[in-house]
Amino acid sequence: MIRITNLSKSFVTPESKIPALKNINLEIKKGDIYGIVGFSGAGKSTLIRCLNRLEEPDSGSIYIAGKEITRLNKGDLRQARKKIGMIFQLFNLYDSMTVFKNIAFALEVARYPKAKIKERVGEIIELVGLSDKANAYPAQLSGGQKQRVGIARSLANNPEVLLSDEATSSLDPRTTYSILDLLHEINRKLNLTIVLITHEMDVLKYICRNVAVIEHGEIIETGTIDELFADPQSDTTKLFVNKQRPTSLKEKLILGVSKDAG
Amino acid sequence: MQDDLIPLLTVAVGETLYMVVLSTLVALIIGLPLGILLVVTEKGHIFELPWLNKVLGTVINIARSFPFIILIVILLPLSRFIVGTTLGSTAAVVPLAIGSAPFVARLIENCLKEVDRGKIEAALAMGATPGEIVRKVLVPETLSSLVRGITLAIITITSFTATAGAIGAGGLGSLAIRYGYMRYRDDIMIATVLVLIFLVQGVQMLGNLIAKNIDRKRYKFE
Repeated sequence: MIRITNLSKSFVTPESKIPALKNINLEIKKGDIYGIVGFSGAGKSTLIRCLNRLEEPDSGSIYIAGKEITRLNKGDLRQARKKIGMIFQLFNLYDSMTVFKNIAFALEVARYPKAKIKERVGEIIELVGLSDKANAYPAQLSGGQKQRVGIARSLANNPEVLLSDEATSSLDPRTTYSILDLLHEINRKLNLTIVLITHEMDVLKYICRNVAVIEHGEIIETGTIDELFADPQSDTTKLFVNKQRPTSLKEKLILGVSKDAG
Repeated sequence: MQDDLIPLLTVAVGETLYMVVLSTLVALIIGLPLGILLVVTEKGHIFELPWLNKVLGTVINIARSFPFIILIVILLPLSRFIVGTTLGSTAAVVPLAIGSAPFVARLIENCLKEVDRGKIEAALAMGATPGEIVRKVLVPETLSSLVRGITLAIITITSFTATAGAIGAGGLGSLAIRYGYMRYRDDIMIATVLVLIFLVQGVQMLGNLIAKNIDRKRYKFE
């Protein structure tokens, strides 16, 4: 479904060139819920944003659903993006639009048949459990409800992939689980491939089947969630899995170095 | 009774309103697209064209450096070309509109820049075109700020019309100078200033009301 080959990206500042992703290789199967985990500054956000080219990679290739995303021109990229849903940490809903309009906006952009927009919004709004809020504005919703609108908007045009950029990171634990439940349900019902990045081990454990650990812009470990928890290989993964306070100097160094990278 | 206060004032108010409305409209027609271009052609924005951004910015800054009264003089030939004369309210609309368009462009630019980067990225991630993002995201999201900005523009243009009155544009400014100042008609001077105060106050109140209504609808809590 998704194949990333030799992907590299660096950010250029006047003073220096900071590598954000180094030679990333990943394969994600259709219908999977794939988690990419790492500390702040590890490069996970850059990686997921490369998938729909909100961030332009320097080199390497990305295939999604048979299309080589990295080679598309502007117009074709827009077409491809209509089939790649994305949800965000801060929701990014439009304050000027009601819940209904926010979702309809995605359909208008995708040139969905006008006569069918109302029906489709109704369906999708029901799927995320917000039928009674269709005419509310985002300012009148809780964080969890806002993310449900975000999810509805990203699913409206029947995407092949859903990218989740820290979608639960600004929600409280209970709301986080309800959103994860919703994502899980969608994955099951629609067989939708979900790629999510997070720094929360609980999120991974709760929903992901396969995981990649990223540090300093490199994938340092991949495997199923069970493998990762049963037998973590790298020090960083161990630290993530154990979720204890770092005690040894070595552990502190790992965290410290990761922070500096951010 | 050629010098009666009320008839003189009525004509002058009519001329001022005419100049303000027409100049604002033309200034918006020129300034709105310029303001949008200033935002979207910026580096990293949805229609990146740094050279155009630089050229536009520079031209606008140069135009804004001219004292308005000088600009009128410079644009007199253009008025004659477009309107056929350099005298009267219609002729004044040319320098008024051109003089305030760069200001309007900057106002619009400031408003549209308020839109959070994330909201633009969300639209990009959906596959929206730059045109759609401008029409459906940038403008609607900043509508109340835009209304406040346009209110400010109308008031600025109102004061410009008074300046233009000094060199033959007609309207309240012209009345104040020709009668209030040159003929020592204190009553006309005071009346003119009062009418201008009411005019500005009224425009400001109306602008605030519209802007508030837009916000109230979006941010009311039930």
